[in-house]
Amino acid sequence: MDFNYSDEQLALQQTLQKFIGRDYGFERRRALARSTLGFSADAWAQYAELGLLSLPFPQEFGGLDGNAVDIMLVMELVGRGLLLEPYLSSIVMCGGLIRDAASEALKRDLLPRIGAGELKLALACYEAAGRYDLSRVACTAECIGGGWRLSGGKTVVLDAPSADYFLVSARSGGHAAEREGISLFLVARETAGLTLFSYPTQSGGRAADLRLDNVVLGAGALIGAAGHGLASVERAVDRGIAALCAEAAGIMVALNEATLSHLKSRKQFGVPIGKFQALQHRMADMFIAAEQARSMAINAAVYADSDDAAARRRAVSGAKAYIDQAARLVGQHAVQLHGAMGVVDDLIVSHYFKRLTMITLSLGDVDFHLARFSATSATSAASAPAAVLQGPV
Amino acid sequence: MDLKYTAEEEAFRAEVRAFIEAELPADIGARISQGKRVRKDDLTRWQRILHRHGWGAVMWPERFGGTGWNVIQQHIFEEERADLGAPPQNAFSLKMLAPVLMTFANAAQQEYFLPRIIAGEDWWCQGYSEPGAGSDLASLRTSALREGDHYVVNGQKTWNTFGQYADWIFCLVRTSTDGRPQQGISFLLIDMKSPGITLKPIIMLDGEHEINEIWFDNVRVPAQNLVGEENKGWTYAKFLLTHERTNNAGIGHCKRALKRLKEIASVQMANGRPLIEDLRFRDRIAQVELELMALEITNLRVLSATANETRTLGPEVSVLKIKGSEIQQALAELKMQALGPDALPYLREALEMDWAADPLFAAHYPDYAAPLSGQYFNLRKTTIYAGSTEIQKNIISQLILGL
Repeated sequence: MDFNYSDEQLALQQTLQKFIGRDYGFERRRALARSTLGFSADAWAQYAELGLLSLPFPQEFGGLDGNAVDIMLVMELVGRGLLLEPYLSSIVMCGGLIRDAASEALKRDLLPRIGAGELKLALACYEAAGRYDLSRVACTAECIGGGWRLSGGKTVVLDAPSADYFLVSARSGGHAAEREGISLFLVARETAGLTLFSYPTQSGGRAADLRLDNVVLGAGALIGAAGHGLASVERAVDRGIAALCAEAAGIMVALNEATLSHLKSRKQFGVPIGKFQALQHRMADMFIAAEQARSMAINAAVYADSDDAAARRRAVSGAKAYIDQAARLVGQHAVQLHGAMGVVDDLIVSHYFKRLTMITLSLGDVDFHLARFSATSATSAASAPAAVLQGPV
Repeated sequence: MDLKYTAEEEAFRAEVRAFIEAELPADIGARISQGKRVRKDDLTRWQRILHRHGWGAVMWPERFGGTGWNVIQQHIFEEERADLGAPPQNAFSLKMLAPVLMTFANAAQQEYFLPRIIAGEDWWCQGYSEPGAGSDLASLRTSALREGDHYVVNGQKTWNTFGQYADWIFCLVRTSTDGRPQQGISFLLIDMKSPGITLKPIIMLDGEHEINEIWFDNVRVPAQNLVGEENKGWTYAKFLLTHERTNNAGIGHCKRALKRLKEIASVQMANGRPLIEDLRFRDRIAQVELELMALEITNLRVLSATANETRTLGPEVSVLKIKGSEIQQALAELKMQALGPDALPYLREALEMDWAADPLFAAHYPDYAAPLSGQYFNLRKTTIYAGSTEIQKNIISQLILGL
């Protein structure tokens, strides 16, 4: 058992920390969030140089063979620095999906270019009627001579405005919320029939709705086997959830630091407000929540690469359900303890709070994940009801 | 980063499990498992069985006869013990007093008392709280005046756990009223057979006799029973409290209780279906399970950070104590709630092994029901004892956060 990062990981952490301190201060970040692109193209190039963009890819495709714990380390700092670049979409979810499910030829074509920062991808897997359900796919994929024709819509596609390619889930068979019949396609941004409605998100990022009107694709656009794409999307999203958990854990630690520093420096009634017990106990609750959240983020990261879908789901959904609640507590308390300073745009506190809040609504909310976790929990008990008369209390 | 136990640790777990399965007397296992009343004899018998195997003190270093296990091994032992329904050992002797003796007592005291503890010969209880000194422990007033080679002790202790079984009591007493309250406290070992000691039961809300008031009326204690230096007792007391809290994460106990809760919810019926299929109840279980998952990992993070060091755990144990006690309470609450109306009957006699329900009553009253409401009531103590949740938050605020 080992809860420490390796020396190699610590070196990476230090480098990224230094970068954030030097090039990604709060004012710079605010300006980037308001810019047209919504993030820093320079930063993206630097991530490529640091190896962050090829971190989870196999060495044969120019990658560093990193695992989900490496991603956790990066995402904790993405949280602390409130980094706006599309790392989650492009590298963690789409890059990971291509690594796991695409053909050798496609991997050889795409992974090195993603790792070099030349290509960005976005995952178009949710639809208006589906909320967080990845299997509720109405977008259709019709097999036509030597290719496919896609029609339908995708909603709130994170990081879509800057993406060069989209990974789109569409129904090639089955109906409504069936698990079978979902296929995955690689769709280039300039493909005829694809239109975007782009918008900023509450936490400074970018997203878009996608409209596909008879989008015609070649046979090579299909990723994995036709009709069996859902498992790959779920896996990519599970990995994304683990990454979001790490991001939230990183924010909570940083937000607690900011709040603690405010409690020590802000004076009222002649003393630092941190001398008041009502505030101290709130702060203690925030500290506990952040520690527990980090434990759950670690667990999610350790299982995020697992091939055992049930164990993976239990770990990531458990972590997300827990962390969403911890994030609400820490975020809301932090704003409250900052007083009026907590509700202005000028301080990083409100930006941390908004990012935490949006994380709780991304890739499944607390109720969605609690239900998933709860279902696994009930199954494990139902297997042994006979033991009830003999088992210890 | 790796959350897996090593092969050696897994082998160790198997060894512990095999030993407990083979050696735990059936009658003791049955009483613990079924939530029946546990007797002193159950605990001392089990202590002697462990001692004969060389496992009498799993948290002691080898030079004092302990197992020398690291904290991860201790954690594994505790998990298996709880899961298999073996009794807990006497924490007052083994986990609280013993580390104080090892660190601050003289050689004669160590040589006399420690072997008797590990062999299950002496039962120790704790004399800390007083009617006027609870969370503000340093305001304690039980006095010990030096007269020749004796101390003469007068005063009252309260919330004393299992003093009715005890051979000895370790006490915080006031030997000086000079300076700050913390400066005049000493740590004294007192024979419970000493003339002048009166013990009066306090019946808890579950109807059980677990705690006591103790009066000291001119009790003469040999001066050689002073631990460490006179007026330095506060230092030893704080040292002890850190050890006390370390044991209160109660992961093993909670995992066992969660398993039990799910078993009960699978056979209790609601609307013609097992209760566990009721989504509202299922989600209540899931919420506690999540808290426990997080605490288990947090606990292992704390333990593994100190596994290869000799340093004792610091204020981070307050986090474990707060969460562990809350989870214990939440699980007890859900087990009681799972019973629905069958949580209402109060049957004192049902806590004995030979109790059999009237056939009319047994038709609806499951045999696991009787202890559950009492356990819920009893476990309200967990967020109060060993430093209340509010005191733990003060500790976190001051010692971790620097407020």
